[in-house]
Amino acid sequence: MSTKHTLSVLVENKPGVLARITALFSRRGFNIDSLAVGITEHPDISRITIVVNVIEALPLEQVTKQLNKLVNVLKIVELESGSAVQRELVLAKVRADNETRSQIVEIVQLFRAKTVDVSPEAVTIEATGSSDKLEAMLKMLEPFGIKELVQSGTIAIGRGSRSITDRSLRALDRSA
Amino acid sequence: MPMTEQATGAHHPQPRPRGQQSAPVEHVTGAKSLIRSLEEVGADTVFGIPGGAILPAYDPMMDSTRVRHVLVRHEQGAGHAATGYAQATGKVGVCMATSGPGATNLVTPIADAHMDSVPLVAITGQVASKAIGTDAFQEADIVGITMPITKHNFLVTKAEDIPKTIAEAFHIASTGRPGPVLVDIAKDALQAQTTFSWPPQTDLPGYRPVTKPHAKQIREAAKLITAAKRPVLYVGGGVLKAHATAELKVLAELTGAPVTTTLMALGAFPDSHPLHVGMPGMHGAVTAVTALQKADLIVALGARFDDRVTGKLDSFAPFAKIVHADIDPAEIGKNRAADVPIVGDAREVIADLVQAVQKEHSEGNKGDYTAWWKDLSRWRDTYPLGYDQPEDGSLSPQNVIERIGQLAPEGTIFAAGVGQHQMWAAHFIRYEQPATWLNSGGAGTMGYSVPAAMGAKAGQPDRTVWAIDGDGCFQMTNQELTTCALNNIPIKVAIINNGALGMVRQWQTLFYNQRYSNTVLHSGPDDVQANKGTRVPDFVKLSEAMGCHAIRCERPEDLDKVIAEANSINDRPVVVDFIVHEDAMVWPMVAAGTSNDEVMAARGVRPDFGDNEDD
Repeated sequence: MSTKHTLSVLVENKPGVLARITALFSRRGFNIDSLAVGITEHPDISRITIVVNVIEALPLEQVTKQLNKLVNVLKIVELESGSAVQRELVLAKVRADNETRSQIVEIVQLFRAKTVDVSPEAVTIEATGSSDKLEAMLKMLEPFGIKELVQSGTIAIGRGSRSITDRSLRALDRSA
Repeated sequence: MPMTEQATGAHHPQPRPRGQQSAPVEHVTGAKSLIRSLEEVGADTVFGIPGGAILPAYDPMMDSTRVRHVLVRHEQGAGHAATGYAQATGKVGVCMATSGPGATNLVTPIADAHMDSVPLVAITGQVASKAIGTDAFQEADIVGITMPITKHNFLVTKAEDIPKTIAEAFHIASTGRPGPVLVDIAKDALQAQTTFSWPPQTDLPGYRPVTKPHAKQIREAAKLITAAKRPVLYVGGGVLKAHATAELKVLAELTGAPVTTTLMALGAFPDSHPLHVGMPGMHGAVTAVTALQKADLIVALGARFDDRVTGKLDSFAPFAKIVHADIDPAEIGKNRAADVPIVGDAREVIADLVQAVQKEHSEGNKGDYTAWWKDLSRWRDTYPLGYDQPEDGSLSPQNVIERIGQLAPEGTIFAAGVGQHQMWAAHFIRYEQPATWLNSGGAGTMGYSVPAAMGAKAGQPDRTVWAIDGDGCFQMTNQELTTCALNNIPIKVAIINNGALGMVRQWQTLFYNQRYSNTVLHSGPDDVQANKGTRVPDFVKLSEAMGCHAIRCERPEDLDKVIAEANSINDRPVVVDFIVHEDAMVWPMVAAGTSNDEVMAARGVRPDFGDNEDD
């Protein structure tokens, strides 16, 4: 049995940090389902959202403990789907002609996605949402012919007013 | 378990400038600031070899009166020497190499130090920062290469970052769970003009090792210890690294529980102590292996349930509850689930445990291990470590090693290579003090002993240092004897020469129908008989050529005389070529992949634990 967990990993914004994290996953035999890196509100902190596929023999605790040993890792928080907002972004180029275009646009509206580019043979769609929603939309679009697809890793943020970066910022300030 | 900041541990204060006025600022090159930094962190000995990219650093090194540089013959020797130095002194070992092949030659000793948690700082030169990524001459991405085998590593491309990075490297290497840190410095950073002042501001917001154990967990552990009927204190290298041997002795004597010390922990508890039941694991003492198998409580202190200790994991210690104390939270629950996890420095953990157990005792809860000791004593009396003398009158390797141990001056440091001789040195030399036994436990690096002994002797010049080596291992790193001879580092080397890769040969004897594929060292493949018994290389001549006093010993009656001669010479390295019987084997043994219940005391001898009625 495997289960998916979403980890938000706050790291120092330094060269090579992403390599340290992905190399750790591969050498310890942990499975990454998706990964997204970006800036945060603090210039010295980057945030990596990792969806880990955990199998029984290698529990999540081992993953987080090993990640915590990396000197550039400031903090790890698991964001559970009930108490966090999780989003992915999809850009899809779907085959479309005069006959099918309106049906595609209808699907796009159904999923509250956007048409960002139109040409005689295709429409390009931008959609955000949970992976379930995006999967459902792509299933609907598939019959028309998906010519090209690009998808981001999941990003996630906890609900409520509490910020996971607060304490890490204080740690940075202390050491500065 | 909520995955919040508690996983990274509580805030641990980092070294920071004491409230002193601004230190005098020196205008120097990056290279000079590197040497000044090494002086300030207290690195008194550096093992290394210069080359193009690191060359700027060697110029100011020449003028330093506080840093001694030992010019080795191979970078691997520099790395193991730094490891031996660190293990013998408790300080951070330092090695230095140039870019490219110089740096890659450090990979094996860095990996070795990583596996054995040895505090090591490796400093490498890198091609100029503008040339990085162009496949420049002697360029290698050593930071990328060593990422999985260092605790942390740095690439420095600006001169002003050198002091801060060196301070951080030494801090990371020596605190928490110790380990190797590599600092790769671009040549232009070494050449640039900069300023130097000490101490620098360090900046490690993500590094907070937990040292103070949780009081509740300590109380839980103490309760289990006093309630247990068959407890074992399973002591690993962490106890030596934390300098917790005095505390361990108090805890053991307070509880009366048996103590087993792993290969990495020999010397953490006196071998002669009545509570000591020996080393556990694949070649552990029958009593130690069996004690863990039958225990109802294992208190692991700075040990990591390595596969060589547990054997087949799912049949290891099936009746035992586990108290697991380690400074590295990731070790707890990695191989064996812990009933009571304790994250902390072994010294603080054991000191707190002593108090908690005393409190339990004062409340009338004292463990009664009488029946347990009856079993343990019976196993210890029935299955002591031992060996047979060869019938043909040749030297027994176990006897050679045992006599070296018995005739060595007090406080002698022993460094072993990897293989049969390593196990015999673990079995037949008595380790009574910490930091007297150095070996490559986790990585199993053949060739470790000569350079490690050199490093130990450089760090502890007043102590006798014996390298117990095999003839296979010796041929990997013996060139460092030249370094020893030229730098007044008079180590002693015992080559346990059985003419074979003995441990591999033992497995071929036991598991490959005595087909000795490529394990005979004194013959080539074509002409086995003609070469048999020839001495190529002649270790006596080889050692003499490297400036050592060399002796050959082939007969049991010469043994003590030869060892005494070796012990009496202290003005240069001594090498003794002990020609020993090739068929000697290491026992006891748990065959790879089998349960520790299947421990064999000797070939074909499975101990009788009186447990047949259970079947």
